[in-house]
Formats: sequence, structure tokens, C-alpha cells
Amino acid sequence: MSARLEALMRDTDHGLFMPFLVAGDPDFETSLALAGALVESGADILELGFPFSDPVADGPIIQAADARALAAGTTPERAFELLAALHARHDRPMVLLMYFNLILQYGVERFYARARDVGVDAVLVADLPIEMAGKVVAAANAAGVAPVFIASAVSTDARLARVAEVGRGFVYTVAHLGVTGVRDEVDGGLDAVFARVARTTRLPALAGFGISTPQHVRRVVEAGAAGAIVGSALVRTIEEHPHDRDAALAAMYAAAAPLAEAAHNTTRKPC
Amino acid sequence: MRSEGRFGSFGGYYVSELLLPCLEELEAAWLDARDDPAFTAEVAHELAHFAGRPTPLDPARALSERVGCRVYLKREDLLHGGAHKTNNTIGQALLARRMNKRHLIAETGAGQHGVACAMAGARLGLDVTIFMGRKDMERQRPNVQRMRLFGAEVVPVDQGSASLKAAINEAMRYWTAHLSDTFYVFGTAAGPHPYPSLVRDLQRVIGDEIRAQLLEAEGRLPSAVLACVGGGSNAIGAFTAFLDDPEVRLIGAEPGGEGIASGRHGATLTAGTSGCLHGAISLVLQDEHGQIRESHSISAGLDYPGVGPEHAHLSEIGRATYLPVTDAQALDALRWLARHEGILCALESAHAVALAMELPFDPSDVVVINVSGRGDKDLEHLEAAS
Repeated sequence: MSARLEALMRDTDHGLFMPFLVAGDPDFETSLALAGALVESGADILELGFPFSDPVADGPIIQAADARALAAGTTPERAFELLAALHARHDRPMVLLMYFNLILQYGVERFYARARDVGVDAVLVADLPIEMAGKVVAAANAAGVAPVFIASAVSTDARLARVAEVGRGFVYTVAHLGVTGVRDEVDGGLDAVFARVARTTRLPALAGFGISTPQHVRRVVEAGAAGAIVGSALVRTIEEHPHDRDAALAAMYAAAAPLAEAAHNTTRKPC
Repeated sequence: MRSEGRFGSFGGYYVSELLLPCLEELEAAWLDARDDPAFTAEVAHELAHFAGRPTPLDPARALSERVGCRVYLKREDLLHGGAHKTNNTIGQALLARRMNKRHLIAETGAGQHGVACAMAGARLGLDVTIFMGRKDMERQRPNVQRMRLFGAEVVPVDQGSASLKAAINEAMRYWTAHLSDTFYVFGTAAGPHPYPSLVRDLQRVIGDEIRAQLLEAEGRLPSAVLACVGGGSNAIGAFTAFLDDPEVRLIGAEPGGEGIASGRHGATLTAGTSGCLHGAISLVLQDEHGQIRESHSISAGLDYPGVGPEHAHLSEIGRATYLPVTDAQALDALRWLARHEGILCALESAHAVALAMELPFDPSDVVVINVSGRGDKDLEHLEAAS
């Protein structure tokens, strides 16, 4: 599965758009329809998070989405069913954002095998640094699912070298230090981060955290990212349309289309 | 990191990659400071002159009669600030200053850790921000007033249970976004490595003193040491000096809330399962899918669905025993101790007192109970409960 993701990044000369949703937010059917709206609006890769009770790496918008999805009864198994339905309908590469305890309780090997079976290409575990990830990396590789790790402006060269060695698929590069969220500006130190990631690893970099506008998307692709990950700016449209699925779908499409267009119209830096 | 911070199958550091440089820096700074005589002398000086160490080991006559053997109370309630938390915050605040971090942040449940942080910050001229669940702010109002008096900013947390778990989540988020100038003063011997070891090293002064004081008074080691366990910092502090003495029984009192069968409790070591919460593998209260459950305890300081990884390990290898004590038992023990010993202990500490009253001891035994804090903060709550 991860080969498909790597080929997509290798063979595309413009920026890629990877929107993020919490699986099951605000409920199973709406979540499925929202992901469909993202594909129609130009998503190249879909990123989905399994809702967790204590998402410490996420800001208030994603926290609220996790709470909605949990309230709607989204268990890990139900989230896998949603992924399977998505895979059947759209066949876009899919990336999972996880918190470690959900994988641990599901059973590490069983989790990655199930992820592969529903069409998942890569998994990032938000609270699992490389040193703690031995068993997870082995299970991911055995299942053919890419283990993804994070790089940021505060990553030392030694840590980036470990990401290059162990990571597959892409490097999740943090554009803004902190938790996920919507911000006015992406950080100034971006060019240096992408340069360091490019120097240490052959993996493409996708940029996330704090990216919410078409300008941000252009900015990170110009700085060297293969694409941009947008979460909170899209997820908040769900919060803004609580009881009206059609309005939420229209708002999602309207929010995502300009972001996709900005990515697709920006030429990537040659590697 | 130089160590993985494992305690058997528990511990580790399960945090966002963004926090790793910070934890590495903290581990290195602590290993360095711990071996620096100038630093340890500074900590000892502050603990003696500012905080009032050593605290007494108090032979409790009435309680001895009630329990049926000699009982001593380790009076951490007499420490400046009113709880053992000051041992930890003085050490971490001095470490922060040594690392040139000018801003302390912390979570607090009952408010004792928040107060101890605010005091240490005021003492050392550091800015302090405390994250506290809104529910806890209501049930521990005097501590909120004290923190503000010491100049700390208290940030209410509304997410989830609006108690300790949510406050830790918020403090971790703030820390991730403000790494360079901020030092996270973790309040208990839990969280990612190096915190469980760092907090234990700073709290072990409790057990070291118990050992020396009891040898002086009785010429022997205790038969048992009892302490309450929420996250577990006062308990690990009281236990550490005796880990290599198998004849000393180590007994933790867990918040049994309304009873284990009710599901409304915080007895992680009794009823929890292995899981990952707040940066470490430990025993946690969770559902079958790994979602963390809300805990319940009458005492805010024990109201936490996780526990320090070293306690999970000590329980697993059988070196320490952990037993639940209900809200009602703790309330009775608090009232009894006030009436018969003239000591108003914290509701948290009352769990350990209640357990001592419950367990069978031999008349030749010598038992030490760690009175981790004083109960003034609980007065309003006590009235409501009666």
C-alpha cells in the first residue's frame, strides 16, 4: 500500500492536498459523505483520525471533533468500517492519525493487519516517538503500511536521521510548533526545516499544523513540501453546521476546493 | 534520551515528537544537577529554611490504640504549603532556574501542587501559570485564592471531566506550543520519562527521613509504611527508602470512591489495565477500546484515572500492595483523626489513615502512615458531605 503513496508523491510535480477529518465526526454517514466531498473538491490523499478521549497533540477544534465522534459511538472497529467504505467508493490513498493507546488495546499486529485490509497506506501515531516505536514499526512494515514520523524545527539532526532510517511514505513536517489548529501565519523557519528534511532523508515532506488558507498551502509547497495537510480549518465547518448535513457538505466543499486548487497550481521544488 | 525510563513493562516516554528535545534537555539537566553538590545543597537549604524540613515523625497515641500497634504519623501536613508537594516544586523550580527557563507551568487537581508551584515561583522570581479543571476550582476555592496571592495565573480548564486529567491535557498542549522558555513542573511521579524518576528523587526525602527518625525512636525499621496513591508521588516518596528491605511492607491506599463495584472510583492499581496515558505505559482506567474513563473520588488530589508507572511495577512484582478505600471510609478517618489526635489531615491522606484502621496488625508491629497534607482546603467540602 505504501508504494502507491510513494509513487503518487514521486510522480507528481505539483503540490498535493491532504485534508484531515476525524472518522465518525459528527456521525458515521455524515463523516463518509464529508470525506466524499473532500475527494470531489480535489483531495489527493485522505487523512483520518480515530477519535480518542485525550488527544493531547490536538487543539480545541480537533478535540471537539473527537468528542462528537465518540458521542456518536465511533469505536475503532466502526472507524475501520468507515475506512473500508471510503476505500470502496473513492480509492484515494489513506493515512491514519492515531493515539497509541487505541492501537495498544486493539493489539498492535492486529491493528496494522486490519488497517492494510481496509486500504490504509500509512499511519502516524501522534504520541509515539521513534525510540518507543520498535514493535509498531515492525508490525507496520510486516503489513505493508508505512510508519510515518514527525519532523520539526526543534528536531535535532540525530533525530531526523532516525526518521530517515525508520520512517516510510513521507515525513510529517510540522509547520508551526504546538498543537494542531488554525493560525494566521505559518512559521518563518519553514525553509530551513524543509531543507534539513531534504538533506537527511529521501522521503517527501508533507506539511501540517496551523495550515488553514490557500496562501499557507502555496507557501509550504514553495518552501519544499510535497503537499499540505489541512485539518482544523476544515473540521471547524462541521462544528459550524451541527444539524444540517447538506449545509455541512456544501461548507466542506467550499472550504476545501480553494485549498486543493492552491496545492495543484503550485509547482513543487525539484528534489 | 539516556534512559528509556522503564519500570518493568511500564513507563517510557509516549509523547509528541515535538516534546522530545525538551524531555532530552530535562533528563540531561537533571542527571547533571543531581550529582552537583552545589545544587543539592541549594535544594537542601530551601527545604530546611523555606519549607521546614525535616517534618516530624509523630507517635500517635490514640491511633496506636485504635489500630492495635505502635503507629507513627509522618507529618508532611506540616510542610510549608500544607502538603508534600513542596518537596517536588522547590526541586523542579531550582532546576528550571538552572536551565534558564523563566516560566513555570503546572497542572493541579486539589490545588496543592498548584499552590506549591506558585510559592516556589514567587520564592525564586519565576512566572507561574497553573491549569486547573473548573470543577476542581469550585471544590478547592481557597487554594485558587492562595495561588493568585502568590502571583500565579490560574487558567480554568473546561474540557472533559474539567478535573485533573483535563488539566494535564491542557498543560501538555501549552507546553508543546511554548517550549523554549517554559518548564513543565509535573506534580506527580507519573507522565513521560524523566518525570517519574525526577519526582521520585525529589520526594524520597520523605522515606529517607522516616527511616532515620524511626531508627532513632525505635531502633528498627517499620513493619509497614502506608500512603495514599493518586498519581503516587507521596507514596513513592515514602516507599523508596525501603524498597530493598523486604521486611518492610509497602501499602498504598487507592481512592475507592463509591466502591469498586459502583464503577465510580479512581482505583487504578486495583481495577485498571495496562494502557498509555499522559506519556507513559501504566495501569489506567479505560474501556475495552482504550478510551480513558473518568475517575471519581471525593478527594480531588486522588481523582485521576492513571497512576505512576513505578507503582504499577511495584504492584506487578508484589513489592507493594494497593487497596481501595471508599469516600465514606476516608471521611470517617479524617473526622476520627481530628477528634482523637487533633490533626486535620487532607481527605487524600485520610485514605491511608482509614486503611491502617482496617488492616490487621500484630501488637509488635510498628506502622508509619504518611500524612501527605493538611485538610483545611477540604473544610467546605466536609460541610457539604455531612
